[in-house]
Amino acid sequence: MRYFLIVIFIFILVIFYKGLKKDPTVIPSNLLSKEIPEFSISSFSGSTLKTKDLRDNKVKIVNFFASWCPPCKIEHNQLLELSKKIPVYGIAKKNTHDDLSKWFENNGNPYTRVGMDTNGEASIEWGVYGLPETFIIDKGGIVKYKHVGPLMKRDQEHIEKIIKKLQ
Amino acid sequence: MKYLFIFLSFLYLNVLAIEPNEILEDGDLEKIAVEISKELRCLVCQNEDIHNSNADIAKDLRILVRKKLESGESKKEILKYVHDRYGDFVLFSPPFKFQNIGLWIIPLLFFLLMTFFFFRKS
Repeated sequence: MRYFLIVIFIFILVIFYKGLKKDPTVIPSNLLSKEIPEFSISSFSGSTLKTKDLRDNKVKIVNFFASWCPPCKIEHNQLLELSKKIPVYGIAKKNTHDDLSKWFENNGNPYTRVGMDTNGEASIEWGVYGLPETFIIDKGGIVKYKHVGPLMKRDQEHIEKIIKKLQ
Repeated sequence: MKYLFIFLSFLYLNVLAIEPNEILEDGDLEKIAVEISKELRCLVCQNEDIHNSNADIAKDLRILVRKKLESGESKKEILKYVHDRYGDFVLFSPPFKFQNIGLWIIPLLFFLLMTFFFFRKS
């Protein structure tokens, strides 16, 4: 009995020790390895952006952003660079058309197309909980990678490697 | 005046995050909406449900829960919808499965251990 309890005690210690090393800010995405979710929102250009538009047999990036989100500005240059190599689709959360126009005028527009998620429902559909968040979609329309937070210079190389693999 | 502020600061003020325009007119549906909201974790907060959180994502989820209830979806369907998108972390009562088995067995093991130490012969 005594040895059994010692084993239990060590088992609990090991689990707690492993838990200490986990980063509580990292929330795993439930969308990984699944098809892109169904959504349909108005686009910046005045038409509609929907799931079907993202299923065009091309590897692509889908970036959730907003002009009012300061970290989005940090990653903007990286997105401009990536847009030279791969289509980048943007979904602007709770942004007015005017604010977004000004944002693109001042910072440049890396996006192939931009969807307007005016009420935040498309973001929920994608399991987004903060801005910015970036997804990599493969040719079959499957979500292969999710990056939470701004894409930094150091992340760009990693993202490019994943894209190369998928292409 | 200073003492009044100190006294007030010790009072429990039940400040709700929910805004009046979010509340459903149908009392029964609103009751279910509150139940659901208390079972869903605000993803960007520290251990707070979406019913009591002021975070943007919590507000969006509260509105969506009510919209889905009004369109006739059940509590189970709505919880599944949110769970499918945000995973176990969004639920305050995570389901029993291998990946989170520790959550369920550690308290039991801990109880056994404590019982042994408490009742053992000195």
